[in-house]
Amino acid sequence: MGTAPASRDVTSYGMGLAAPLALFFLVFFVAPLLQLLWLSLHNDTAALHWGLGQYLHFLTDPFSLSVLGSTLLLGAEVTLVCLVLGFPIAWLYQRVGPRLQTIIILIVLLPLLTSVVVRTFAWIVILGRQGIINATLQSLGIIDTPLKLLYTQFGVVIALAQVQMPLMTLPLITALGRIDPNLDDASCSLGAGSWRTFFRIVLPLSLPGVIAGCTLTYAAAITAFITQSLIGGGQMLFMPMYLYQQASTLQNWPFASAISIIFLLAVLAVVSVFTTLGRMSRGYGGA
Amino acid sequence: MVDAVTHRYPSGALAVENINLDIKGGEIIALLGPSGCGKTTLLRIIAGFIAQSQGRIIIGDDIVDALPPNRRAVGIVFQNYALFPHLTVTENVAYGLAARGIDKATRQREAQRLLELVQLPSMAERLPRQLSGGQQQRVALARALAIKPSILLLDEPFAALDKNLRLDMQIEVKRLQRVSGITTLIVTHDQEEALSMADRVAVLSHGKLEQFGSPSDVYDRPQTLFVNTFVGSSNRMPGVVVSADRTAAKVRLDAGAEIVARPAGGALSEGGRVTVCIRPEHLQFVGDETGFAGVVGMSLPLGATVVHEVTTADGSGVKISQARIGETRALENGAAVRLAPLAPSLANAFPATL
Repeated sequence: MGTAPASRDVTSYGMGLAAPLALFFLVFFVAPLLQLLWLSLHNDTAALHWGLGQYLHFLTDPFSLSVLGSTLLLGAEVTLVCLVLGFPIAWLYQRVGPRLQTIIILIVLLPLLTSVVVRTFAWIVILGRQGIINATLQSLGIIDTPLKLLYTQFGVVIALAQVQMPLMTLPLITALGRIDPNLDDASCSLGAGSWRTFFRIVLPLSLPGVIAGCTLTYAAAITAFITQSLIGGGQMLFMPMYLYQQASTLQNWPFASAISIIFLLAVLAVVSVFTTLGRMSRGYGGA
Repeated sequence: MVDAVTHRYPSGALAVENINLDIKGGEIIALLGPSGCGKTTLLRIIAGFIAQSQGRIIIGDDIVDALPPNRRAVGIVFQNYALFPHLTVTENVAYGLAARGIDKATRQREAQRLLELVQLPSMAERLPRQLSGGQQQRVALARALAIKPSILLLDEPFAALDKNLRLDMQIEVKRLQRVSGITTLIVTHDQEEALSMADRVAVLSHGKLEQFGSPSDVYDRPQTLFVNTFVGSSNRMPGVVVSADRTAAKVRLDAGAEIVARPAGGALSEGGRVTVCIRPEHLQFVGDETGFAGVVGMSLPLGATVVHEVTTADGSGVKISQARIGETRALENGAAVRLAPLAPSLANAFPATL
């Protein structure tokens, strides 16, 4: 009897404490989003006539659809690169001494401590025609003419992967850290080799971290305006830049709004697939 | 068989030093020692997780030092069981068989047979977290036995269980060991567990093997002061050797009185300082002038026995336990008594370490 009123108090405190943030979100996130939706439902740039014309335009325009497709594909490629490169780092982190762990964490976090613009310009220096890679390969006599690395899908994927890497490695490190190291030993003593142990034990148990990392990386990669536009240049067009052009250059706000809404839904669809996978694998984490 | 195994940490500190254990097939051996004595290190060396600095591990007729853990055919039950949380009980038990490339039908049949052996056939499709601690341990045992190991290693297997369940599982493990006849090595810091389960007990301290013998050897004929005080409880009484030969030594205790003791750790020299160990249950009250004098402090009735704490003439405390047979003599606080060992062979004299 004595504890019931107290616990009710605690929950109402919780609601009260969340109110300022809720208000903040309401004013600066939900309201603009509704405005965006309202704008997108107009057929003319002055937003006087209601209609679904902007959506029809986007969904019937092969160019717009190809931009959407290449953006979603870009996200998938970046996520895959981050996963393949990030997993070994996270795995290594759990197997070295405390001093090396500090160094690894520092290396993983370092990109977050510098501006995205700076990191992106560094990649322009590395990937350019006279950049470090081309200069090295030429001086070694491996290639005669410089490779085209900048302004290519490859360049964008590599640069984005580096920029978004912490979003993949940090959840992976956490997930791998939760796995009891005795499980490795147990698997080994039962006769399993390293590969079997990895695929049957480590990977399934780290799935919650893999999915969290993929969701974060994917969402960050497809919306990364600066890196996409600077490394991609004028020839590679992705959704954020497309959106920017429509809104800022062409002043076609209703169409830009429609692009936003479609992009948002597309991202939500991909993220909810990840989340569903995450929920299915949640059973693994515990015990 | 563990042959002269020494292991140094990278820092140079000795983890285990020159340990020899010749284990016969089908025996249960307990590695007993306080935490940090190197017993877990030794277990991990035998399993192959740690490569020893010196010495050899021989299983059957094979030197297995070059083999990684997954090729040693050693079954391990970890202290926290280390069941795979995402696999069902059957999948856990069949895991080792799958790693050996055995077909699915055989795996299922074998897992079912082992689950029946550990009396858990109805739990086959559950996940480990849906089982109680004792059930998880049975699964861990079944999983280790599934690979038909030539030796079974149990790392503090009962430490996580509550007292009643622990006894059940000790009986269960002993039954399984009898049925399978598999050589078993139990690492434990619990002396009762070691003495009750093992055919032979290896007592370790600071990386050294103190004694390797049957439970009654270790308990009744300890070879070192450490074994005498670590296994069971013991009163340590300082004294001086009056005369000594190979089988008996006359010791003048600092507490007064001369008693005959067994030179347990090798020959003693006359006039040398010794520590005499006498277990509380091996002391008796005497009415005459033999034995040493003391004053009763506290009496603790512990059910079947009563323990009296007696302060001797030199100020040290001695415990004596008496069986509660018929009417036990009630002892007042401050009562003057005289104590003596039941028999000379029950007092062990060790050269005093300074």
